[in-house]
Amino acid sequence: MSVTRRTLLAAALLSTVAFTPAFAQDFDAAASIRIGSLYEPQNLDNTAGAGQGINEAFNGNVYEALFQLTDAGSVEPKLVESHDVSEDGLTHTFKLKPGVSFHSGDPLTAADVKYSIERVTAEASKSSRKRSLSTITAIDTPDDATVVITLSARSVSLPYNLSYVWIVNDAAADITATEDGTGPYTLGEWRRGSALALAKFDGYWGEAPTNAEVVYTYFTDATALNNALLTNAVDVITSVQSPDSLAQFAGNPAYTVTEGASTTKELLAWNDRVAPFDNVKVRKALAKATDKARLLNAIWGDYGTLIGSFVPPTDPWYVDLTAVDAYDLEAAKALLAEAGYADGFEFTLDTPDYDPHPIVAQFLQAEYAKVGVTVNINIITANEWYEKIYKAQDFQATLQEHVNHRDIVFYGNPDFYWGYNNPDVVKLIADSESAASEAEQVEKLTEANKLIAEDAASNWLYLYPQIVVSAANVTGYPVNGLNSQFFAYGIKKTN
Amino acid sequence: MLTYLLRRLVILILSLFLAAVVLFVLLRLLPGDPANALLGVGATAEQIEAARAQIGSDQPLIVQFGSFIGNLARFDLGASFVSRAGVLEEIGNRMSVTLPLTIIGFLLAIAIALPLGIVAAVKSHRWYGAAISIVSQLGIAIPVFWLGILLVTVFAINLRIFPSGGFPLKGWANFGEAATAMVLPALTVALVIAASLIRYVRAATLDVLGSDYIRTARVLGASFPEALVRHGIRNGAVPVVSILGIELATTFLGAVVVEKVYALPGLGSMLLLAIQQRDYPNVQGVLFISTLLVLLIGFAADLLQRFIDPRLRGRRSEP
Repeated sequence: MSVTRRTLLAAALLSTVAFTPAFAQDFDAAASIRIGSLYEPQNLDNTAGAGQGINEAFNGNVYEALFQLTDAGSVEPKLVESHDVSEDGLTHTFKLKPGVSFHSGDPLTAADVKYSIERVTAEASKSSRKRSLSTITAIDTPDDATVVITLSARSVSLPYNLSYVWIVNDAAADITATEDGTGPYTLGEWRRGSALALAKFDGYWGEAPTNAEVVYTYFTDATALNNALLTNAVDVITSVQSPDSLAQFAGNPAYTVTEGASTTKELLAWNDRVAPFDNVKVRKALAKATDKARLLNAIWGDYGTLIGSFVPPTDPWYVDLTAVDAYDLEAAKALLAEAGYADGFEFTLDTPDYDPHPIVAQFLQAEYAKVGVTVNINIITANEWYEKIYKAQDFQATLQEHVNHRDIVFYGNPDFYWGYNNPDVVKLIADSESAASEAEQVEKLTEANKLIAEDAASNWLYLYPQIVVSAANVTGYPVNGLNSQFFAYGIKKTN
Repeated sequence: MLTYLLRRLVILILSLFLAAVVLFVLLRLLPGDPANALLGVGATAEQIEAARAQIGSDQPLIVQFGSFIGNLARFDLGASFVSRAGVLEEIGNRMSVTLPLTIIGFLLAIAIALPLGIVAAVKSHRWYGAAISIVSQLGIAIPVFWLGILLVTVFAINLRIFPSGGFPLKGWANFGEAATAMVLPALTVALVIAASLIRYVRAATLDVLGSDYIRTARVLGASFPEALVRHGIRNGAVPVVSILGIELATTFLGAVVVEKVYALPGLGSMLLLAIQQRDYPNVQGVLFISTLLVLLIGFAADLLQRFIDPRLRGRRSEP
């Protein structure tokens, strides 16, 4: 590689034509990167029910936050220069980076930050992260470059939670169809149902993107998306959801297949409030009666990971807990007998009607028959799931994929749909938030994670793989895509 | 003629009103609240209530119905719950894909079906006449999406002649790309529609061939092609035009499936997504405009029939 480059450079220097810059880089800075995705944003505002697609297209690309959740899972300062916390942990002072301006040309000020945080906590906000900012009692702006946030209780995750809060120009009113952020790209053309283009922002305060334009092209059908990559209509697929289609890319030198760490967990959630799932022995027995390795292989082949808990490896409190209730049919039968279900029992599994849930349900039906437990599969729509399971909590067991990063905190809420209530866990999770340091937070959540796993609060089947497929001449894209983010500014294309 | 037109217009408006009522009722019978689509796991009870209040799904049905019909009368289709975009405006954008697809597909279908149908009738005793009939039967049995996948595999993935799907970001402003993007979808629509049209054209032609006026024309010295062109086509066209009206409506609705296969941002993909999300304004808007178009097509076909066949002009219309 280096020899070739040196040779080319020498050739360029020898020639009188001034195209040295083109050869000095090993990528095309004027390239347009075409990204294929299944997640079309429904509007352009992440507090207005736009769906995960808006995070994919806009987080870090069009909008930036005070902090950024990197693709590796760490939280780094983005628009803040410094962050000081008072002794009691209740007052956070942020100094903003100088020289940052919005795409409209307005400079970034403390008032914009206050406005942006209040947008997320507002009554009409549909942000799923609204609750995590509920400890904020006041936001003060002593000068244009300083924001002081006062909390009602310590919140060690504040920087992390702020990584969700887009910093929007306070002069921008409705941003459902337009934008005014500080990121390296501005919104270009947008055609609903089809594609959304981002153009490089020349006034960007940070390092310039390695491409000139990014076009997110949306598909509703995974096969159509794969065909687009096969016919060179897109350069990258953000997240392959049909394992069968990987065969046509893997092993073909024209494509690169990368497997990153996702945060999407396939979960068999018991309703821990109702019999027999209020009995920890029953839950443990069924966890032991599930051959998860075989299930994962049946669905994803060689991809995906077993984690034995709700915590993916990119969360700081991850520990491998697959050994806690490892596959063991005899132990499962013994536990069922101890719980008074030697002859098994029958339950209804509410199964969302889309992949992979119906297949998983059938697998579980066959598995649990081996220990005398009968599974009645009840297929429901996504809407019914939300009504019946999430809102009314009227169910015995259900399947669901949980996509968020750092969502173990759901187990600290006894009112959550699965109804898990262990006072020790509730306390550990509450205390972890008011921890004095991140180390202490990690320690407490690791402890909570172990307790939850010991209780077999739910049956954590597997962690989805995060598979990105690209044309071989395209590099530099994020491989993990945490929280559906897909930073485009480092993507390089060679001709 | 004027009374006829007026009568048809009244029927049209009544049909539209009925369609609107049926639409409204059917949609509300579907389980699920549109607020659900706006919120994900992690939403609080207060957020759910706030979302319902914002989009009005917490109002009594009769209030929702009243404002729906009231807005409709002013041709105001409202704004999407989810995207917040104006429904009519969005339908306009989507029509720029669906209408060309329907029209090109339909014209292509006629271009295929007319000559083949006539040949199949005139040469019904030859092997190729029979072959056309058999192939068209087969064509009717093929599902649209399967044909779409087949065409993509052959022309996009293997031969690399046409794109496998998608539509240019700038739409028809990028004419070359937009036109290329239309080829396979339009061909898919055309082949499926042509298969059934061939049978109608063949039947109508056979009917004409056996008629007295063709025989009389031949006796009076006209050659067979002359008799067919001068007397046959106009007579045969009458039943075919009414079928064409129905088929055009079918083509329009069939475009929904084709748009999905080819990832086209048309009315079909808008409707499918809106149904999933219980986005009532979008679903109502798309279905209402589609109904309007189908009724208008029927109206136009009826007028055209009267224009072709003077015998129909004196008759009262059949709604």
